Amino acid sequence: MSAAAQVTLSAVALGITFWVIRLVGLRRLRSKYALLWLVITVPLVPLAAFPAIVDETGELLGVNYAPALLFSLSGLLLLGIVIHYSWELSRLESRTRQLGEEIALLNARLDDVERSEAGEDES
Amino acid sequence: MSAVVVIPAYNEEASLGGVLAEIAEIDGLAAVVVDDGSTDATAAVARSAGVACVRLPFNLGVGGAVRTGLRWALDHDADTVVIVDADGQHDPADVTALLAAVDAGAGLAIGSRFAADAGDYVVGGTRRRAMRILNRLVRTTTGFAATDATSGFRAMNRPVAEYLAREYPVEYLADTVEVIILVRRAGHEVVEVPVSMRERAGGVPSARRLRLVFNFLRLLVGIAGGVLVGRRDGGRR
Repeated sequence: MSAAAQVTLSAVALGITFWVIRLVGLRRLRSKYALLWLVITVPLVPLAAFPAIVDETGELLGVNYAPALLFSLSGLLLLGIVIHYSWELSRLESRTRQLGEEIALLNARLDDVERSEAGEDES
Repeated sequence: MSAVVVIPAYNEEASLGGVLAEIAEIDGLAAVVVDDGSTDATAAVARSAGVACVRLPFNLGVGGAVRTGLRWALDHDADTVVIVDADGQHDPADVTALLAAVDAGAGLAIGSRFAADAGDYVVGGTRRRAMRILNRLVRTTTGFAATDATSGFRAMNRPVAEYLAREYPVEYLADTVEVIILVRRAGHEVVEVPVSMRERAGGVPSARRLRLVFNFLRLLVGIAGGVLVGRRDGGRR
C-alpha cells in the first residue's frame, strides 16, 4: 500500500470516528450505538496507517493470506451488528405493540368516564 | 412555592410504603410515584397511600422514569423537584436540607454520602474505585469537586427541571454523572449536601463488572460528544 493510501485511509477512519462522536453530542445517535461503531473505526486508524500489523498478526495466527483474516473479522463484526439490530428491532416492535394496546385501553377507560358523566348529567 | 417529590419505582412494593409514609410527614410536599413497568403491587401501594402514580407501559430504566416524573412535576407547577429512591436508600429526612440548598440559589443540589459531615456509608472495592473515577471525571470536565457523582438523591429548581425534562440522558451512569456536567455547562450552580444513606444489599457482583465497563465507556462517548459539539444553550433536538 502506498504512503498516500495509508494516510488517506487512516484520515477517513479518524474522520468517521469524530463524526460518530459529534452525532452523539447532537443527540442524533444514542451513545450505545456510537460505542458499537467506535469499536470498529478506532482500531482502523492504526491498521490503515501501519498495514504491517495485519501481516504480522496473520503470521502469528498461522494464516496464509493475512488480508483474509481482516475480511473474515470484518464479516463477523458486521454479522454481530446485524444480529444486534434484529434484537433491538424485536424489542421496538413489542414496545410499539404495547403502546398501541395501552392507548386502546386508555380510550376505553375514557369512554367509560365520559359515559358515566353523561349518565350523571341526565339524572 | 411548591415542591414535588419524584419517586421512580421498579418492583418496590416492599419498601415503597415506608418511604411514602416518611415523605408524608414532611409538610408542603406533593409526591408522585413513577411506576417503571413494575410487575408487582408498586402502583397499588402508591394509590393506597393516596399518592399520585404515573404508570409506564414498560420498563424504561431509572433515567426514563425520572424524566417522566420531571415532566409530571412541571405539569403540576412545581417550583422545585426532589428525586428520592423507592428502595429506602435515601432518608426522606434529608429532603428538607436539599430543598433548602435549592432555595438558597442552587440549580441542582446533590445529596452526597461522602461529603464532610455525611453519615457513615461503606462501599466495597470495585464500586468505590468506580465512584472515585467518576468523581474525578466530573471534576476534570467541569471543575466541580463532586464527592458522590452517582448519587441519585437530588433536588433542583424549575429552570433546571425544565432543562432536564428535555435533555435528560436516560442511560445508566449518564443519568447521574452526565447530568451534573450538562447542568453545569448550561450555566446553573451545582452544590452538594451531606446526607446519610442507608445500606442497601449491595456491592457489584463480578458478573456485573463487564456491564460497568460498558456503561463507563458509553458515558465517556456521551461526554466526549457533548464536549465536541460544545453544547451550552441546552442543545438542539
